[in-house]
Amino acid sequence: MKHLLSTDGLTAADAIRILDTAEEMAVVGEREVKKLPALRGRTVVNLFFEDSTRTRISFEAAAKRLSADVINFAAKGSSVSKGESLKDTAQTLEAMSADAVVIRHWASGAPARLAASDWIDAAVINAGDGTHEHPTQALLDAFTLRRHWSRIAGRTSLGEDLSGLRIAIVGDVLHSRVARSNLWLLTTLGAEVTLVAPPTLLPVGIESWPCKVSFDLDEVLATHPSAIMMLRVQGERMNAAFFPSTREYARTWGFDDERLAALEASPAKDTIIMHPGPMNRGLEISSAAADSSRSTVLDQVRNGVSVRMAVLYLLLSGDDSAQPTPAQEARV
Amino acid sequence: MSVPSPGSGGSVFRTVLGDADIDRALTRIAHEIIEANKGSEDLVLLGIPRRGYPLAQRLAAKIARTDPAADPERMVGRLDVTMFRDDLRRHPTRPPGPTRLPPAGIDNKVVVLVDDVLYSGRTIRAALDAIVDIGRPRIVRLAVLVDRGHRELPIRADHVGKNLPTSSAEKVRVRISEVDAVDEVVIEGPA
Repeated sequence: MKHLLSTDGLTAADAIRILDTAEEMAVVGEREVKKLPALRGRTVVNLFFEDSTRTRISFEAAAKRLSADVINFAAKGSSVSKGESLKDTAQTLEAMSADAVVIRHWASGAPARLAASDWIDAAVINAGDGTHEHPTQALLDAFTLRRHWSRIAGRTSLGEDLSGLRIAIVGDVLHSRVARSNLWLLTTLGAEVTLVAPPTLLPVGIESWPCKVSFDLDEVLATHPSAIMMLRVQGERMNAAFFPSTREYARTWGFDDERLAALEASPAKDTIIMHPGPMNRGLEISSAAADSSRSTVLDQVRNGVSVRMAVLYLLLSGDDSAQPTPAQEARV
Repeated sequence: MSVPSPGSGGSVFRTVLGDADIDRALTRIAHEIIEANKGSEDLVLLGIPRRGYPLAQRLAAKIARTDPAADPERMVGRLDVTMFRDDLRRHPTRPPGPTRLPPAGIDNKVVVLVDDVLYSGRTIRAALDAIVDIGRPRIVRLAVLVDRGHRELPIRADHVGKNLPTSSAEKVRVRISEVDAVDEVVIEGPA
């Protein structure tokens, strides 16, 4: 594995290897000295063409804990706003001998373009591209789920997959790269996924996805899923009226106080409420639900650092130069 | 010692320690550790995966047999050194293994590192670095089942099961029943 571009196509064995490695990284995060020398002398560039809080600082913390040097690059305030192309930006980074590029881009497929090109030799890690994929988010969600449910079962989580778990992913599936990455990864790991959304916020061709689809949140909640993953309503990507009003959305599709009360009254005492952040409190999730003991929002952020450490370590530490990359061939 | 037997690929195997030899060597090391430490107080045995860890468990059991005050469960830990190695970039990626410390930690303890073979000394160098990141022991000692020489760093063992003079063309295979279903030390050399 040289790049991490998507969870579609990631094998269960590779995913479990990342999660198991993340488990060891999490142990390091609890120590007094939260640092490992594994990536000393390596350079990781955070290349962010789109705003981000969690993902960028999470990748930065992960790279620093592995002793890598980190260069943060935001499109705002750089030559990208003067019209520099992705190719020229990439070649600039190559000239600075970056070993890994963590890229977030508003265009779906930008990381894949970068990885397939001969512009740069570095490992490419997709940190969210358009409405395509956000693989490290899915991995940290899987990690959070695996930890929670193995703890309930009294088992160690090492080597486990997610078989037997039923996950409801609720909300703006149409614009959500998180939903897509999670769907591929969670089903690869053996979980059963149900997408819950208004028909206007489901993509065309959803019939071919390996999941159930429901239009009724309460009906799905009544089946007591293992986890309910609320998606952010992505107002910035909405160029049409997808639902009548925010209030109606919150009533019909949001995890509000009434649904929280119903869940508390139900026998599903271990069901967790997940959200990738940033949250629209009062829209897709109520404040009471976001701050309840079932909410794993902050665990997800904490686990994000461990999972990203695992990804960086597995992609960068070894020498997999057996097959020359296009950039190396181009230089010959 | 047994007669050399031809192996595959034209190499020759020579068994230098059998299960009884290994057991005697470990018993002696256990006694040496207690003697050097004047008892089992503050003693922590950190096994280096994979084969150092079961060896550390066996040593702890032997120490507990001599000193009833010792609790073998709370004395043993495992120390994964993968991420501290100096040859990470020369090999394909290796996922790290678990590091598990005894509940009381290693601060101000007498830590005995346990490994199967001492060769270049680079694994022990990595282990010393790993220890620095998890605490500050009072003393760090080293116990190995086999010392085969050819050190590349100024490192030596405090307790050695068997000194095996070898050529660097030979390979020393330590097999431990917990991992390999058999207890033996074999030298594999060119025919």
